[in-house]
Amino acid sequence: MKYVHEYRNKELSQKLINAIHDSAKGEYTFMEVCGGHTMAIQRFGIPSLLPPEIKLLSGPGCPVCVTEKSYIDTAIAYARLSNTIIATFGDLMRVPGSSSSLELEKALGSDVTIVLSALEALKLAQNKPEKRIIFLAIGFETTAPGTAVAVDQASKAGVKNFFILSAHKLMPPAMKAIVDEGIKIDGYICPGHVSAITGSAIYEDIARKYKIPCVISGFEPLDLLQTILALMRQVNENKPAVEIQYTRAVQPNGNTRARTMMKQVFTVADSEWRGLGNISKSKLILTEKYQQYDALKMIPVEVEPTISDKGCICGEILKGLKTPLDCKLFGNECTPENPVGACMVSGEGACQAYFRYQPQTETT
Amino acid sequence: MNNYIRLGHGSGGKLMHELIHDIFYRHFGHQELKKGADSALLQSNGHRLAFTTDSFVVNPLFFPGGDIGKLAVCGTVNDLAVCGAIPQYLSAGFILEEGFSIDELEKIVISMACEAKNSGVNIVTGDTKVVHKGMADKLFINTSGIGYIPEYAGSFASNRKIKKGDVLIINGTLGDHAIAVLSEREDLPFQSTIKSDCACLNHLIHSLLEKKLHVKFMRDLTRGGLATCLNEIAQAQAIDIEINETRIPVKASVEGICETLGFDPLYLANEGKVVIIVSAEDASEVLETLKADDLGKESTIIGRVTSENGKKVIAESAIGGKRILQMRTGEQLPRIC
Repeated sequence: MKYVHEYRNKELSQKLINAIHDSAKGEYTFMEVCGGHTMAIQRFGIPSLLPPEIKLLSGPGCPVCVTEKSYIDTAIAYARLSNTIIATFGDLMRVPGSSSSLELEKALGSDVTIVLSALEALKLAQNKPEKRIIFLAIGFETTAPGTAVAVDQASKAGVKNFFILSAHKLMPPAMKAIVDEGIKIDGYICPGHVSAITGSAIYEDIARKYKIPCVISGFEPLDLLQTILALMRQVNENKPAVEIQYTRAVQPNGNTRARTMMKQVFTVADSEWRGLGNISKSKLILTEKYQQYDALKMIPVEVEPTISDKGCICGEILKGLKTPLDCKLFGNECTPENPVGACMVSGEGACQAYFRYQPQTETT
Repeated sequence: MNNYIRLGHGSGGKLMHELIHDIFYRHFGHQELKKGADSALLQSNGHRLAFTTDSFVVNPLFFPGGDIGKLAVCGTVNDLAVCGAIPQYLSAGFILEEGFSIDELEKIVISMACEAKNSGVNIVTGDTKVVHKGMADKLFINTSGIGYIPEYAGSFASNRKIKKGDVLIINGTLGDHAIAVLSEREDLPFQSTIKSDCACLNHLIHSLLEKKLHVKFMRDLTRGGLATCLNEIAQAQAIDIEINETRIPVKASVEGICETLGFDPLYLANEGKVVIIVSAEDASEVLETLKADDLGKESTIIGRVTSENGKKVIAESAIGGKRILQMRTGEQLPRIC
């Protein structure tokens, strides 16, 4: 397939792998922040090709994984209201809340619909004016512009039955929080799609202030191998900087139109992150002008008290302190069919990536 | 919290396997059932028979390359054929929703009759039930089938021992059925010209068995896709399998849709594909025989058996990295067959 197979070329990969082996001087710990990268790394068996000196950690870049449990409990409470349709990305369906999941609520009769975009949820609202549609707005800078467009269009069209429950989060505050916690990282494999919106400037602080190399990577094996090599070179030369490997999608300035849209609709607020705790200015909420689309403001609901996970180490995994293989529940009590933690639910979660692809795991 | 039926229980993946083992095997318990084969192999007055059943709930009822009726005949015929049986007779049970168009029903029945004729089976018994509007979605079909094991297939059906070095062959491209059905669904924003691979494989399979080639095992691919099928084989036969992802045939258009929507072709449903395990020395003749048939033109070797004492399926990626291929988990695409 054109534009895909080129990036999976075995000869070119081998050249990069050789260069990586030749460049290895000491040990390297790199964190891939984005869940899409975690999946690609495991799917193509990249760890089996790297020298043992290179350790890849999975970071907090899977939106489903970092969404706090109380958010799921709130969504479940909304799903139980009459005359209400929950519109959600498919991945959230099976995330366990304190006593239920959206999937279970659907099986028990709630109206929960999977959508592929915020605009699809808005269309649903326009087609069903007699119902309240609550869109579960999760994701980073990648999906936030889509939500912004839907809210703005709802406003322009005078739609009254469309609401969002925002858990949109920002990437750089979490990346800084991980370093502030004292976790040793020699380089960040920076998210490709987030950067396509934001541009590369958001990582400047991390490279300059924290002295951590940052390379914005694509999602194909050649992209990732090239990124790893670039990070090693920065470490070897002790010249931390922000580089764009994913030049076919990422401009230094990003997508200015999308950013303008986000700025118009959202403002920043402090937010809880699963595993990372409270991070200041890390969440997007609707500005004053768009309050009527904020489910929390407009639709009061009683939410059951959130019960924290027992034995689940998703938090430590999201911070890169542990890998899924360190978790006692992994592959036993916690599997993609019966997930305990969010990292096992999401298609981009570190635990699911390990469960599906890791050669060492003997889970079946 | 998890003690209820979820869509994943019907996905052909791991959840369904658990349900079958924990509920159905536990209470039905017959040793032939517990073998988990595509058909039960039975003895009757010295004759060896194969017996199987399958239900069809595909949505939509008509899709490029087929319809629920064609699927209902092919699915049952294929389950008999992969066990070495010559399919002979089918039953057809219909659950109809009040208000369903009789014209559409007739189209589906004509399609079934046509496919039955092509594959050489007769539909000889049936059942009809109608439920209130909203209690079923238009039409569900169940077919059961019976066939006999011909003398030339006798040793194949007796479970030949799979050995290290045996090769795995597939008769064509993966995922065509799943993508063809998806493209007909209103809720997905793409169109394609991909047709379902839905087909009766009994003539193709018996062209191999008649030649008495050293075929060790066959299984038709369905909902769980190639990855799930290989895991079932690896576990049931206690072998390790290694496949090379670059050798797995996938149409460029199917691959494109998979890349866009995040599907893995190894987990997509097929309705006219069979995995064949054959001794290395007979592999080229098996390939030649398969390729002589329209349904086997794109047959190719996709991997080999690497251990006679294991249960793992390993996939080598395009760049040479290796990983374990797991059984399908969760529900990717409900009501695909």
